[in-house]
Order: sequence, then C-alpha cells, then structure tokens
Amino acid sequence: MRYMPHTESDIAAMLAAVGVKTVDALFAGVPATCRRQTPLELPPALSEWDLDRHMEQLAGQTATAPDYKIFLGAGSYDHHIPETIKQLLRRGELYTAYTPYQPEVSQGTLQAIYEYQTLVCRLLGMEVANASMYDGASALAEALLMAIRTTKRRRVAVSRAVHPNYRRVVETYLRPTGFEIVELPYGPDGRTDLALLADQKGLAAVALQSPNFFGCIEDLQAAEGQIHADDATMMIVAFNEPLAYGLYQAPGRLGADIVCGEGQSLGIPRSFGGPGVGLFACRMKHVRSMPGRLVGRANDAEGRRGFVLTLSTREQHIRRERATSNICTNQGLCALAAAMYMASLGRTAFRQLARLNFDKAGYLKQALQAAGADLPFSAPVFNEFVVRLPQASSARYRRMVEANIIAGLPLAADYPELADHYLLCATETCRKADMDALVEEVTR
Amino acid sequence: MKEIDELKFPEDVYYSKDHEWARKESDLVTVGISDYAQDQLGDIVFVELPEKGSNLEQGEEFGSVESVKAVSELFMPVAGEVVEINGGLEDSPELVNNEPYDGGWMMKVKPAGADPFAKLMDRGAYLAMLKG
Amino acid sequence: MIGTTGLIFNEPLLWEMGAEGRTAFSMPARDVPEQPVDAALTGDGPDFPDLSEPEIVRHYTRLSQWNLSVDSSMYPLGSCTMKYNPKTNERQAGLPGIADAHPLLPVELSQGLLRLMFDLERWLADITGLEAVTLQPAAGAQGELTGMLIFHAYHAEQGRPRSKILIPDTAHGTNPASASLCGYAAVPVPSGPDGILDPDTVARLMDDETAGIMVTNPNTLGLFEREIRRVAEIVHDRGGLVYADGANMNALLGVAHMGAMGVDVLHLNLHKTFSTPHGGGGPGAGPVCVTRALAKFLPVPRILEQDRGFVLSNDFPHSIGKLHAFYGNFGILVRAYSYILSLGPMLEQVSQYAVLNANYIKAGLKDDYHLPYDRPCMHECVFSDKRQLAHKVSALDIAKRLIDYGFHPPTIYFPLVVSGALMIEPTESESKETLDRFIEAMRAIAREAETDPELLHQAPRNAKVRRLDEVQAARKPCLMG
Repeated sequence: MRYMPHTESDIAAMLAAVGVKTVDALFAGVPATCRRQTPLELPPALSEWDLDRHMEQLAGQTATAPDYKIFLGAGSYDHHIPETIKQLLRRGELYTAYTPYQPEVSQGTLQAIYEYQTLVCRLLGMEVANASMYDGASALAEALLMAIRTTKRRRVAVSRAVHPNYRRVVETYLRPTGFEIVELPYGPDGRTDLALLADQKGLAAVALQSPNFFGCIEDLQAAEGQIHADDATMMIVAFNEPLAYGLYQAPGRLGADIVCGEGQSLGIPRSFGGPGVGLFACRMKHVRSMPGRLVGRANDAEGRRGFVLTLSTREQHIRRERATSNICTNQGLCALAAAMYMASLGRTAFRQLARLNFDKAGYLKQALQAAGADLPFSAPVFNEFVVRLPQASSARYRRMVEANIIAGLPLAADYPELADHYLLCATETCRKADMDALVEEVTR
Repeated sequence: MKEIDELKFPEDVYYSKDHEWARKESDLVTVGISDYAQDQLGDIVFVELPEKGSNLEQGEEFGSVESVKAVSELFMPVAGEVVEINGGLEDSPELVNNEPYDGGWMMKVKPAGADPFAKLMDRGAYLAMLKG
Repeated sequence: MIGTTGLIFNEPLLWEMGAEGRTAFSMPARDVPEQPVDAALTGDGPDFPDLSEPEIVRHYTRLSQWNLSVDSSMYPLGSCTMKYNPKTNERQAGLPGIADAHPLLPVELSQGLLRLMFDLERWLADITGLEAVTLQPAAGAQGELTGMLIFHAYHAEQGRPRSKILIPDTAHGTNPASASLCGYAAVPVPSGPDGILDPDTVARLMDDETAGIMVTNPNTLGLFEREIRRVAEIVHDRGGLVYADGANMNALLGVAHMGAMGVDVLHLNLHKTFSTPHGGGGPGAGPVCVTRALAKFLPVPRILEQDRGFVLSNDFPHSIGKLHAFYGNFGILVRAYSYILSLGPMLEQVSQYAVLNANYIKAGLKDDYHLPYDRPCMHECVFSDKRQLAHKVSALDIAKRLIDYGFHPPTIYFPLVVSGALMIEPTESESKETLDRFIEAMRAIAREAETDPELLHQAPRNAKVRRLDEVQAARKPCLMG
C-alpha cells in the first residue's frame, strides 16, 4: 500500500538484523487471551479515485450555499476565507509539523503562534493570550476553573444568555468537583439581568457573553461595576463571534479579567462544528494560573531573537496532577489560520468588514420590522438577532426549508420560553436579494 | 551538577530532610533551600511563596520552586506563622541559585512551639544524609 | 550527513511590517446602506498591522521554511506516532459539503456527514473491541477527561463515589492531570523490574476507595503489559474500572482486543494512529470507546440510525453531558475516516511494519546506546544516555545534534522511570533506507560523544537558531509584541 514502503526484500533484511524469522514473531509477547479472534471488519480498501467519488457522494448530501440560503449563526459563522489562507495552510511545513518542543527546528510555528497571541490580545483588549484552547466552550469552562483556582472560591454565576452548548460543557466540566453554578436570567431587552448578583456573595466569577447567544451586546461597562463591587470576583466575558470587536468595544478595555471564546469566524471553515479555536486571554498578573501553551521570546546562544514554549511548569507534562489544566494539544493549525486571517484583513479592513456585517443584519432587521415581524429584544446587536414568528411557525419553517431557505435556528429546544422564536444571522456573505426573499417568505 | 564536596553547607543553620534550611534570627526563623537543592534544580525561574500571615505545620507544603523543566514543592522545616517573604525573588529568582543562604532567603517565620529546631539536622548530619 | 545549507530568510514580526491602508482581503461589494449604531458601545477596533497580499504570502512562506515537518524529515518521537499525513485526506476535508457545513442544519440536510460519523464509530468499535463510541472529544487529553467523567458517573450511580485512581509511573502527564480535573487523587503504581505492571503491586494498592486504574498498553517503554488481564481482574474485583490510554494503538491494530484485555474505557488519538496531521500542535481528536455497560454515560448528542435516516439524539439521561460546543473536530474525523477507507483491513500491516521498524532500530543501536529493558519492543523502543553521560554528554545534547543530521529528535526524558530516556518511534511510514540513515546518524553521534563532546554541547549548528535561553524566557516572560 502506497503509504508503507516495505518490500519483501526490505522485510527479509530487517528480520535478519532483528534476529527473528517472521514479523508475527515480534508479537509473541501479546498473549492469546488479549488478541482478536476475528479479522478486522472494515470495508475493503478504496483506491484514491473511488475514495474521491465516495466522499463527493457523502459531502454532496449537505445543504450549502449558494443552493441553499442559510441564515444560521449560533456559534458557527459563514465568512469569506481568502484563498491565500487555504493555500498557505496546505504547506506541509506548517500542517505536518509537530508541537514546537524543539524550538531550533520549529521557529516558524513558534513565531506564528507568538504573533497569534499578540493579535488576540489586541483584538480582545487584554494583556496576555495563550496559544489557544480546543473551542469556545471548553475555553469558557477552563476560564471558570481558573477563576476558582485563583480566588479559591467555589461558586460561579453564568448568564442564561451564554450559548446553551457552552453552558452544558461548563456543567460537564464543573460537576465532578462540586463547584456551584448560579444561573443569571436575561431581561426583556435580551441582555443579562444582573439583579441577582446583589444577593450573591463570594463568587469566584461571573460569566457573560457579548454578543450573547441572542446576538445582543451586553452592557459590559455597567456589568463591570456590579461584578467588581466584590473586587475578588473575576469578570469573564465569552463570545461566539469575535468579528464583533471590529465594531464594538473590546471586553478587555471594559475591565474584563478573562476574555475567551470561539475564533472560528477568523478564517476557519465551519466544518460541521469543528475544528475551531478557543481564544483565551487574561491579565498578566494571572498568567501563572492560565491554562494552555504559551510562546515567549528568547535569545539564542548567538544573541539572535527566537521564540520558545515557556512557563511550561504550569502544564501537564511537568506538573502532572497539579497542572493548571490537562490540555496537551492546542488547536495549532487553526490558531495559525486565525492569525493569518487577522493579519490578512488588517486594522482598516477588519473594521470595514465588521461594519458590513452589522449593516447586513441591520438591513434584514429593519426590513422584517417594516414588514410587520416581531423583534422581541431591544438591545443593540451585531450580525445576529431574534425574530418571533406568528403561530404555527414550525410548519412555515419547514416549508421554507423545502424552498431551500434555512430561516435561522429555532430556539424552542434550548429556551422553552422562546417557542416560535428564531435566531437569524446575516454576515457579509448574505446578499440583499436573498434577505428580501427571506423577509417575504417569513412575513407572508 | 556539582559534587557534594563542591557545595556549601554553613554551620549556623539547621537542615531538613527535604533540603530546606532554618536559621534562628532573634525570635524569628529564616528559611531557604540548601546549596544542594538549588544545584539539583538548576536555573530557577520562579519561586512561589505563601501569603504573609499563613500558619503552617512542620512538614507542610509552603510553596514551590520552578526551573524551566521541573517543579519542586517546598516543605516547612519548622511550624509557625509566615511574617515576611522575600519580595526580591519575584524579579530575581536567581538569588536562590547564587546566594542560597543569604540573598536567596525565602521567608521569615515566627515559630510555634518551644524548640523548633529539635527535629532538624545539623551540618554534619545533613552531609551524612547526602553522602549516604 | 543529510543536510546542506539552504536559503533561510529572516522575517520580521507582523507588526514590524506593513503600512496603514494596506490589506490582503477582497472586501465584498456593499449592497445595503449603513445602519445606525449606538456610538456609546463602539470601540476603535483592534490594532492589527495593515499588510498586502504578497506580504502575507511571503511572511508565512518564509516562516514555514524554518520548520522541520513530517513532510521533510523523520520524527522518531516516542508515543507521538508521527506517520505520513496522506494528501487525499486534505482533499476530502476541503470538499464544500464538508468544509462549508453548518453544524445546526436540520438533520435531513446533513445525512452524508452523519453517516460518516456513524460509520467511523462502528469502525473504531471494531478496531478496539469496545462497542460504544463517542467522537466528541477534541483531543486525547479531552478524551481522558471524558473517560474520567464516565468513571465518576459510574461510581456515583453505584452510590459509592471514590476518591483515588491508580496511575503507573510510566504514564503520560495528561493521565494524572485529567484524573485530577475529576477530583481523583493520583496513586502512583511503580512498574516492576521488567518495566511492566506487577499484579501484586496493583493488588496491594487497589481498594474500595479507588475508582480504577489508568493504563497505557503497550506502555511508554514500548513493552506490552503482559499482565493486563490479571490487573484488570484485580481492579474489577474491588469494583473499579480500567481506563486505557490508546496513544500507543499503532502497535496493536488488527492484533489486540481491548475489551478482552479487560479495558472498560479507552481513548484513541486520531492525530497519532489514524494519520491526521499534527498541525504544529493541533487540532487533534480523541474519540472514546467504552463497553456496552458504560454506553449510557457517553456524551450527547449521539447518532442514531432510524428508518427516516440518521438523527442526533440528546435523549440519554445518564450522559455525562457535553465536552465540545458541537460534535467534536469533525474536520479531523473526516481525515481519519478517509484514512481507514484507504487502508481497509490492511490497517493491520500498519502495526506489523511499525513494530518491525522499531525492532530494527533497536537492533541497530543497542551496541552504542544503553538499553534499559533488553526485550522485544513493540512500536517504540527506549534507550538512555547512560553511556554518553560518562563523557558528559546528555540526552539533550544527543537530541540537539541529531538535528544537524536532518532528523527531528526523539522524545527525551520521558518516561520518567528511565533516567535520560530517549524514546524512539519510527512508525510504519519510514523506509529501510531512512532507518539506516537514522541508525548511522545515532552511531556517529555516539562516536562524537567520545571524541568531541563539546561539538554536541554546541549543537545544533545548522538550524535557524542555536539553543535558546529558556531560563530567561521563563524568568522574564515576554509573551506578546
């Protein structure tokens, strides 16, 4: 098989050098009781050409643009990805490289990650960022654990307007250790209602998301005042859509202690939900408590600038059971994609693109309003918002699916109090004509 | 790493089996790690010390010392209250390597109990432990 | 020697380049008017450098040229399984119906993708001999966490939550770290003099407070844990569970049956055994396989095959919950799926050649390097720097000098039970000629250690940078520019 070079004569020569007669003899140490009794039950090997056809057939069953008009966000966003990024990431030196534990032969990866850390800090308005976590959800879970470690307190508050799947991941991570999670409700304007905080004492952290799951921008300035009334409580701001910070104020500048979220919007294809990249940033004074890898500057023996993994004693391979986390891989190549994307856009275009997203969703919103649709939440939004459709909306939704329109995400499953509500997303990839068609279908 | 004979072990301190030293300074006890310990650890990059006012038992973990590739826990040679920590180690952890008994001191403890040094070793006993 | 000199360009940091107004992005035409925005909430936007497209391409091309990679060199990293990353896998992951798939589409509009996951689960179940599978964990370490959460849920259901877990001293650092995230205290289990677990030691340490044991088989010394069934029996008898770290699965494809060994929960590393690329540190994927009895604890959603097609179901009341925002690193699952389809039952040759290659290297090096356990190894072998230390040459020096010979170093100083360890895993991708060159390089280094140790202390000389001052980097961290 083309991935394995061994010929009969190779094998014979190697067996002779090892001093056994057959390859099977090398497995003599595996007792019969530990072995399979039957051969592998896998389909016969496909040639490269048959594999191509098979995969095209599977992939061809997925609804994608332009055949379908898909107004879905909810943590996974359709943004244009420059061809340059796709091709650069196909360089074998980037994607088949290992974790940069041997820095002398990994300076490409290391400088790229150092640049990524820096761009993430600038995006989020924070002092230090790690080399990435698996995704926005696990990043939030790790942020809460970090706050618990740092403050030595055992209770956290998490807004109900945080992505429902993120909250489920947080519950999964926090359950075995018995840490308590208090839920903060959202108010009629679509933002988190912080009134409950007044009764809570001794919280390790309060976690909000902005833009939140409903697309609403939280009033982080006001929230900061309330959260830091107890100056030991850490303010965590999560996000699904980092492009929002090209328009709205970065959470770090509003006093957040940890900012973490999903970076898929930054040059990474949606890929049915993964791989993405978990951005994670905090204040320098907390860096030794921060999970994940860190790249730092270092000079070599001849005084030249280079980069290394550093502060490794926080991590599992050294501190083992007392590590800040068990994380081993980061999302290396995805972090690289995000850095390439941020660098490709640059400051000027990033702001322009963010504004374009805002204007697309704003156009859709006002068109729906003008056609009589009900938009229940009054808070400002970025590129997503909630619309409430009249009765029997699920039948209407299904009819639109059959007409190749996905009119947002039905919220009933995650928010039973929001039956007949749909989360619509419009990015720079949405055309005015398609939005007009959606408005017509929805308000018919 | 050096041979035992190349390392320094002053007479005026007591030593614990975990390689900490304790020196009586009027009614306080100054604590640090021995020349052997710093030599084993290599270049120290960070020292984690307890908060002032902490009350710890003898043998209890009070912090840790890190090199690039390893972490070692530190254990109280005597029981007592931490009244002062060496803030200079934050910017210059290398003091522990270069001056383990002087500039590299870690904390000053108000000892609990009458004879805090009873369970510790003198220079001779510590050397015997290292060589044995 | 394999190396020559090449053109290695210096390249500044991104913000040391560029000029205001440049971009490498094609801004879409605007077809909607500007909408009013609440100025009190807006910011100035991030301070990114402005760069043109040629600058971006040159920047990352030059950076890539500073890297070693599997595409350019052998990486004999023990327990990492740095095998060849097939290019066809990349094509499949890039197909629009995969790359552009939104995870929250109505299920009838993503049937091909659900079928892919469903089939991959079945194949991994067959390969491991453990019936029920989740593809959700985003990495091996997250798979371990999943396993520990399953342990925790199981014992909670038994009404007897436990507080400890047994971990062999040869274990990977993620093992105790993952256990600790679940509140388990790690109890170290010393390996026997022959490098494997001794059932009597396990029996002595196992009690009713212990949730179970985390094993790696073959272990990180490359040795098959011969006594695994007896160990499993001892743990099961006291009500515990057996977790297997599947990092070393490349030795056992088509050979071993994890279920028959007594394993209850196992994670796999798709970026090791199943050829998905390492990406400079990720993304990976860490599917978890469990016995039928533990299937109810698996994370949700789970893929079910019904008359109308595949559906995603959350209707599993005993599930531990969710580890990932969606279904896991689907793009990585696609690559593993493509790999398994490309090999079919020939997957068992992978292990045959991986084990042959490791034993060939062992035979080639044992005259020059100290071999702590002189027994047939599986897919990796462990040497130590003991002989070279006599000349004041350490495992680190050997590793750095190997770079000058054009190889990535092996894993060093792990497992911890061998002082100055050199853990070598060639994988099945390497030809005999490459292995011969590697053996020759290692022999040359052994000779250099005797005649010219200073050469090794100064290595590497041919890479972009010399050894870096990691001490200063840790004392005065500079983590952003």
